[in-house]
Amino acid sequence: MQRQFDDPEFKRVSRRQILKLTPLVALGAFAIPQAQDYLLGRGTAFTDWAAAKLFRTGHLAPTYPDSALTPLNRFKFNSYDTNTPEIDPDWSLEVSGMVSKPGDYSLDDLRRLPKISQNTRHVCIEGWDLVANFAGARMSDFLKLIGADPNARFVYVECADDYYESLDMEAAMHPQSLLCYEMYGKPLEAGHGAPLRWSLPTKIGYKSAKYLTSFKVTNVLTQRSYWGDQGYSTYADI
Amino acid sequence: MSDDEKKAPASAGVGPESPRSQEARPLTVAPEIRPSPGGESTSAGTAPPLPGWPEAAEGRHSAAPVPAAEPSLAAPVPEGAAQIGSAVLQPRRPEFVAAYEHSAVVRFCHWLNAVALLVMMTSGWRIFIAFPSFGPKIPEHKLVNIPGAITLGGWLGGALQWHYTFMWVFTATGLIYVMYLVASGEYKVMLFRPRDIPGVWPMVRHYFFFGPEPKQTGPYNALQKLAYSTIVLCGALSVVTGIVILRPVQLSGLAWLMGGFHLARIWHFVAMCGFVAFIPGHLVMVALHGWNNFMSMVRGWKKNPEYL
Repeated sequence: MQRQFDDPEFKRVSRRQILKLTPLVALGAFAIPQAQDYLLGRGTAFTDWAAAKLFRTGHLAPTYPDSALTPLNRFKFNSYDTNTPEIDPDWSLEVSGMVSKPGDYSLDDLRRLPKISQNTRHVCIEGWDLVANFAGARMSDFLKLIGADPNARFVYVECADDYYESLDMEAAMHPQSLLCYEMYGKPLEAGHGAPLRWSLPTKIGYKSAKYLTSFKVTNVLTQRSYWGDQGYSTYADI
Repeated sequence: MSDDEKKAPASAGVGPESPRSQEARPLTVAPEIRPSPGGESTSAGTAPPLPGWPEAAEGRHSAAPVPAAEPSLAAPVPEGAAQIGSAVLQPRRPEFVAAYEHSAVVRFCHWLNAVALLVMMTSGWRIFIAFPSFGPKIPEHKLVNIPGAITLGGWLGGALQWHYTFMWVFTATGLIYVMYLVASGEYKVMLFRPRDIPGVWPMVRHYFFFGPEPKQTGPYNALQKLAYSTIVLCGALSVVTGIVILRPVQLSGLAWLMGGFHLARIWHFVAMCGFVAFIPGHLVMVALHGWNNFMSMVRGWKKNPEYL
């Protein structure tokens, strides 16, 4: 489109056109420190919300042949747990919350459930990834064993190293979500969370909590996630 | 442009809106020839045609800046004008031609996307610092050392929040922009096609090796078309690979198409490199082409575009 103008008209038209762009000024809110945390929190929450819409309960994470495995000694475990916590020799998992059979569950109780071994990709929030072998009981089987209320919203775990983590019930019921007690065919090493850890192929790495000591089925979370409470996504789906 | 400057005749492109254009056409060719006073009843001014007029390519560069215009300030009230008191009301007198180069949708998307891209790149660099490699974690080979000072977010978690928030702005504006271009047909002026290939080298020669300036025949030259088409592709690549990096399991099919999580991360980085290459070139070109050209992305209209 072309047309002729005289100067006043051009100024008038220009002004009107520039005014159309004023909504862009709203972006300036991100520069205000007090508003910034809130807005970024909302943005991240919106991303989590969209991810939850995307979550497909029956969709399995890809699994890989043994040839694709990263050797166990090249499986980095995070700096948070370089100081391996002391584990009680009489270790048991303390189960509580919305379950019909609360109490202490031993490793043998878990071993009696069907054992699942799978080679899945472990994706770290930092950007690295590797394929590793995890084996253990399906969390869905364990939830059945303890008589968990299927309408509960979350599973919440605490760890021997004061780490804590939560999981939405959908992900907990996912057939590849494991209460893992073996990696690469051997009992868990100290660095990888002995005696019991989560392995969650549908979640980012930090959700797979290690050194589990308590397991709670609940609708209310007072703490959501060790890293989630510091600014990472709590939902953390991949 | 001052009021004294006489409206120059329009080029053929101006069309029916300038009924007097034919009449006035000779003026552009020979700036020194002026109409006799009152020769055009509706034209109050007596200024010569403007430097900078479309078809007056010669006059544009040779004409002195409006020397003859000065006397018109003192010129008598022309016949066609009404006089009320001391005010002289003159019939509207078009002064220059302008082209509407960028619609409001395009300008809105451009600036919103520009801000989002800046946030995505600077926060992306911070995310990359957490693992600046494409190899294994053990042993880790640091690929590039990005100074933290040019990044956004302060730490990985903060940068991810910026990234997770502005990815929506970046994607939405990019989608709206592309859909608008396709729906309106405006993509035709900027899409790089095989027939534009011969025009690339002359532009490169002109910009980088002081070659002659190729004649501009449209809003965008071949090199611009190449740059803008490529950068839209970079944007699409960064979005698709970003989705795969974010959801490699839920969208495992798409991840497989991209060669998996690991390769998607590399392509995501490549798209970023495309932006790093494009932005300085784009900014330098905008600076070299001046305020009027820059303002066309703000107000939509470009005064006296060089291709008319």
